[in-house]
Amino acid sequence: MTYVLRDVSTMTVRGLRLVSRDVDAMITAVLLPVIILLMFVLVFGGAVDIGTDYINYVTPGVILLAAGFGAASTALAVERDMSSGMVDRLRSMPVTAWTVLSGHVAASLVKNLVTTAVVFGVSILMGFRPAASPLEWLGAVGMILLFVGWITWLAALVGVLVRSPDAANGFSFFVMFLPYVSSAFVPVDTLPAWLRGFAEHQPVTPVIETVRGLLSGDPAAVTDPGGVAVLAIAWCLGLGLLFAAAAGLAFRARH
Amino acid sequence: MTAIVTTEGLRKSFGRRGSTGPPVLDGIDLELEEGAVLALLGPNGAGKTTTVRVLSTLLRPDAGRATVAGFDVVRDQRRVREVISLTGQQVAVDDKLSGAENLTMMGHLAHLPRRVVRDRVAELLTAFDLADAAGRRVVTWSGGMRRRLDLAAGLLTRPRVMFLDEPTTGLDPRSRQALWDVVRGVVDEGTSVLLTTQYLEEADRLAQRVALIDGGRVVAEGAPAQLKREVGEAGVELTFATTTDAARAADALAAVTPDGARLRVPTDGSVAHVRSVLTAVEATGVLPEHWEVRAPSLDDVFLALTGHVGQDRPSRPAEVAA
Repeated sequence: MTYVLRDVSTMTVRGLRLVSRDVDAMITAVLLPVIILLMFVLVFGGAVDIGTDYINYVTPGVILLAAGFGAASTALAVERDMSSGMVDRLRSMPVTAWTVLSGHVAASLVKNLVTTAVVFGVSILMGFRPAASPLEWLGAVGMILLFVGWITWLAALVGVLVRSPDAANGFSFFVMFLPYVSSAFVPVDTLPAWLRGFAEHQPVTPVIETVRGLLSGDPAAVTDPGGVAVLAIAWCLGLGLLFAAAAGLAFRARH
Repeated sequence: MTAIVTTEGLRKSFGRRGSTGPPVLDGIDLELEEGAVLALLGPNGAGKTTTVRVLSTLLRPDAGRATVAGFDVVRDQRRVREVISLTGQQVAVDDKLSGAENLTMMGHLAHLPRRVVRDRVAELLTAFDLADAAGRRVVTWSGGMRRRLDLAAGLLTRPRVMFLDEPTTGLDPRSRQALWDVVRGVVDEGTSVLLTTQYLEEADRLAQRVALIDGGRVVAEGAPAQLKREVGEAGVELTFATTTDAARAADALAAVTPDGARLRVPTDGSVAHVRSVLTAVEATGVLPEHWEVRAPSLDDVFLALTGHVGQDRPSRPAEVAA
């Protein structure tokens, strides 16, 4: 048991090296969200009237979209491990099963932190004016990382279950579209009623509202007990624990 | 001598959704003496890899028992993992890491003290002739170098038992030779080795005992010399244009019956004997279209010991060419 921390840190170092040395993937991971941000603000932004600067509204949504995209590469990395000899070797060693996956998840968190910083930077250059205190910034970034956490554990689970890189790739479709049916890009009350029901009761919406609230310098509305932040944290922790446990079990069961 | 790996009646079949498929292991009994090398020799699909996966705790057998260093591979999984290392058919190293980074990572995962990891990594890189390339990413390395790194990764802990699943498949002759030297060195340091191979020559060079596996069963077991005696020595193989030619040549060589247009004359491989065979054939006036001296192949071994050719022939061009 005392070795678990050491195993996690060893696997995290590995994950970070693999991510940072895949230059193509790193460029895509940073460029894609920036291009999406430009597209939303410059192309769609003029047509969307939500009573405030669209860039202030849309930036958190683009960051969650990027998180989904980043997580999809975790599914690929895990699948690569499973189908190469690596997992067999690791399983024949006295290493705890889930630490192998945790390295990929930790690397994904760091990578998304970089992507998040770049998107915020570009967004601020384009006129995004958050009114958050340092503490509120910290809260917003923490919320984003919680979101990245659960979606990455889901990606790890997918990576363990699928039998080909193509199937692992398919996961990115699912996570890319989840933010579209939420309040990430348009207010949910503009959606048709049947879609609104889904949009209001899926994890992306409360996370978006929380990040937005914190960055607008008006955290009171979201951090109230029973406020949207509680719901967002509950979603992320709940799904995170669920998918982490499922990924660990699936990893042990697969041979 | 005591046995460090034993299996009794190992059975395994893979089924989907409740239905059981044909047995992959159909009652495997094996014994590896401490400090020795045991080779599992057999064609693809014989059950070699499955046996190794059971012994290295990756797969639970349906029935039977296996122990490594006295620990049961199912009940004492963790203890078994502490004393073994597995080098599978696929090379298990990270392309994007350097050789030194790969080994260091494995050392940490094996829970060796940090200083020991540093020393042992340097030691193994030198011993495996990888020190010069150690700082470069593995993606730039040759296949033979990767295989050596893969083996080194399994040796950081000085395991008591090492499992090697077809360690030289896909390597050129020089790399194969280098790898054999490495395995001999490992054994000299006291590690017991169980390896699988499709090549009789490899089993012959490395192992004290060979278990011939076919259809999930051990069909023959013994020292390489003993198996080879049963198979027979090398032969001079002559291929003629017609069966009539072959029959005429056979008359000149007492006690040889042609197989179609082909003759096989057992030989000890000496120049004198091969020359005498060729001279006798030449004297008949019919010359072969093609001739060669051929060592017994895996197919010959199977034919001699089981009466049939292995289910799935290994493709090794040099042996198929005849």
